Amino acid sequence: MELRSNEPTGPIEHRWEKHKESSKLVAPANRRRYNIIVVGSGLAGGAAAASLGEMGYNVKCFCYQDSPRRAHSIAAQGGINAAKDYQNDGDSVYRLFYDTVKGGDFRSRESNVYRLAQLSVNIIDQAVAQGVPFAREYGGLLANRSFGGAQVSRTFYARGQTGQQLLLGAYQALSRQIDAGTVEMHTRTEMLDLIVHEGRARGIVTRCMKSGKVSAHIADMVVLCTGGYSNVFYLSTNAKGCNVTATWRAHRQGAAFANPCYTQIHPTCIPQAGSYQSKLTLMSESLRNDGRVWVPRKKEDVTKRPEDIPEADRFYYLEERYPAFGNLVPRDVASRNALYVTNDGLGIGPEVDGERRAVYLDFADAINRLGESTIRERYGNLFEMYERITGDSPYKTPMRIYPATHYTMGGLWVDYNLETTVQGLFAGGEANFSDHGANRLGASALMQGLADGYFVLPFTVGNYLGEVRTLPPLSEDHPDVKQAIARVEERIRKLMNAPDPKHAPEHFHRLLGKIIWNKCGMSRNKEGLEEALREIPKLRDQFWREVKITGSGETLNQTLERAGRVADFFELGELMCLDALKREESCGGHFREEYEENGEALRDDEHFKYVAAWEWTGNPAEPRLHKEPLSFEYVKPSKRSYK
Amino acid sequence: MSDQLLNLTLHVWRQNGPNDAGRFETHQAKDITTHMSFLEMLDVINEELIEKGELPISFDHDCREGICGSCGMVINGVAHGPQKLTTACQLHMRQFKDGDEIWLEPWRASGFPIIKDLIVDRSAFERIIQAGGYISIRTGSAPEANELPVPKKDADSAMDAAECIGCGACVAACPNASASLFTAAKISHLSLLPQGQAERQDRARKMVAQMDAEGFGGCTNHGECEAACPKGVSLRWIARMNRELVRSMVRAEAPIESRDR
Repeated sequence: MELRSNEPTGPIEHRWEKHKESSKLVAPANRRRYNIIVVGSGLAGGAAAASLGEMGYNVKCFCYQDSPRRAHSIAAQGGINAAKDYQNDGDSVYRLFYDTVKGGDFRSRESNVYRLAQLSVNIIDQAVAQGVPFAREYGGLLANRSFGGAQVSRTFYARGQTGQQLLLGAYQALSRQIDAGTVEMHTRTEMLDLIVHEGRARGIVTRCMKSGKVSAHIADMVVLCTGGYSNVFYLSTNAKGCNVTATWRAHRQGAAFANPCYTQIHPTCIPQAGSYQSKLTLMSESLRNDGRVWVPRKKEDVTKRPEDIPEADRFYYLEERYPAFGNLVPRDVASRNALYVTNDGLGIGPEVDGERRAVYLDFADAINRLGESTIRERYGNLFEMYERITGDSPYKTPMRIYPATHYTMGGLWVDYNLETTVQGLFAGGEANFSDHGANRLGASALMQGLADGYFVLPFTVGNYLGEVRTLPPLSEDHPDVKQAIARVEERIRKLMNAPDPKHAPEHFHRLLGKIIWNKCGMSRNKEGLEEALREIPKLRDQFWREVKITGSGETLNQTLERAGRVADFFELGELMCLDALKREESCGGHFREEYEENGEALRDDEHFKYVAAWEWTGNPAEPRLHKEPLSFEYVKPSKRSYK
Repeated sequence: MSDQLLNLTLHVWRQNGPNDAGRFETHQAKDITTHMSFLEMLDVINEELIEKGELPISFDHDCREGICGSCGMVINGVAHGPQKLTTACQLHMRQFKDGDEIWLEPWRASGFPIIKDLIVDRSAFERIIQAGGYISIRTGSAPEANELPVPKKDADSAMDAAECIGCGACVAACPNASASLFTAAKISHLSLLPQGQAERQDRARKMVAQMDAEGFGGCTNHGECEAACPKGVSLRWIARMNRELVRSMVRAEAPIESRDR
């Protein structure tokens, strides 16, 4: 396996243009001869399928939900960045590029990030033309806000539902193509394997979630836009159905998986209330602008009502430890400190499995200073949501919050064209590793998904097809296809017939999540990771022995769907821990306790300035590591410090 | 936060595929804490059913934060259950009392055939959008975003209509099983914006024709849809849809034929 980034050279601002000029094209009349499979219908997949359909290609698009409009991009709240500089506050493509490379802690590819910043402006134009109802000023022009500590106001938003509105824009464009007959949509259909023929991705094997029917779909190429893998932690802010299966199956067929240990933890989520908890809900980070984070100073106070704890006995740990930034320290710093104070036994809220894992976010001072009506104006909808879930009113008593996994920067390794290490297999959106390095900035996920879907993939897909010209026909009877179907059927059979069936798949998923969260979560160390690497294979063996699925595989069976996803999370979880163990430095979302200086992450550019791309070898314990060295010509690596 | 345990009796609609007659099945839910979400309560029952070797209750759900529109069931006769402006996934058990009996049914409408248990086929909504619920704009051909100002009032109204999550509660709540609120919300969202004007003429006719072809009933102003809508989408959009429809019919050159279902 060879990692060639295929990025153009020369001045960075001309690279994308230069690349387009030297790439192959497919003439409009020839496009209908090509069949393209797009898996996933979120911002990246939906936008790519719609755009490729418009261009005249034959597209088949797949999603596991009952409608492409339900992909988890829909849940993004905050906004989307774009270097429009409408606010005249000094923003530019270069500044967005600079912020993204620095925010990613110097672990991303400069050429990709620059292109992302350039395309950001086109995304806003496209979305507005589609009818996305962004917030506007009284003069009728688009409104912006500053987001996640950015020094410029470059974030566009549609109330607290920016992801929803952008996804509906892409969904409506996709619906238009479905009606036009250029896109064939397969809903409630799950990709379970990749078909590789003569070294090229030529199709996928799917299971219809209504009938249980396993079928092969053959095409000229495959694009995966199947999202991230936060659900390896069991509890995350992802939708329940989000899974790693499509990318993991592709990984097993030769696609390298890059930087799996880079995961992002969001500091302000509603904490777990009991062992039955099925997911975590994110509360906007903006709450930290006015809320003060604290825990009791004394362990004996953790069960008291917060109102009964006098001011002197409250530990405002962020304000004390980071006087300059206080409660507004970056996501990873805020999250880790919540971990440390709860490790010290100062966590509050109900005990779950013997631990109290929550801290207070208190608005009492802000309400006294600004009045309840101002606070209601700023955070009313968030306070309502909090009360709906917890039954407590944040106007009367402090919120309880705790960090949760929210986004994964790692994913399938791709080159500048978003092509994986399998020819003809492309990956876009959160499913690839490309643009965020070790840490993603707020409001940049929507930007990347749509840049890949609307503007990068439609072009690089044409380049690939223009290069290969005509691929030999592949019949469903070919052994490569039959073997892929057989792999899927065999796996389903194995899951349905565990030798000693005892527990539902969730039971094992919860145990796996606990291992990953405790040992490969906010804070990691060698000892913990090695323990995890001993525990995961044991639990995985137990899963395959004891997983219990009732009913049949030849009909709608949600337990079987979940079991297949959990099985893949076991293998991915092991790779995450291996990657985290191998990366002996701290950077972005990856914090190794051995590599820190006064509590701050200590990067090691001399030894770890590379992308770790892992190749599947058949043994999950022994993947092969390939390194793509990173160079920084424009943004000079520097140290992050918030003291 | 006070903690309390509930013991509940659930009567759940079980139907093994579209051709099965279906029946209520009774389950006991024991020691359910009030902090659980409604769907977590079903998760707990399902895990017990699986461990006992029985078939779990099938229901649609995904984001569990009230935005994807996947979940939906009729709880004690009310679409999405007793709490206003709340999807089933955001409903919590503190809305119930110890000893309550809970009846669970799928959306019932001929436009939404039952797939299994509480899962219905909402693909009719897809076809309504495909009939014209979009602005035809090619990727890459958009003008600069600020070239066309949109009055804030119009943008805010369009956003109000665009809040719809496509869950189908409006259809389930309507005595006529009408899909008017869903269809009207999209027609209104797009017709309120300057970008949506070019296709305004045909959009209402095409989408309404498709809605009728799918077997949804007509609107007779009961207002149950608005009451059930977890996003508070307003009934006034239906009035707007009717205005759009009349407007386009007056100007139409040829009738729109409904497409195949």
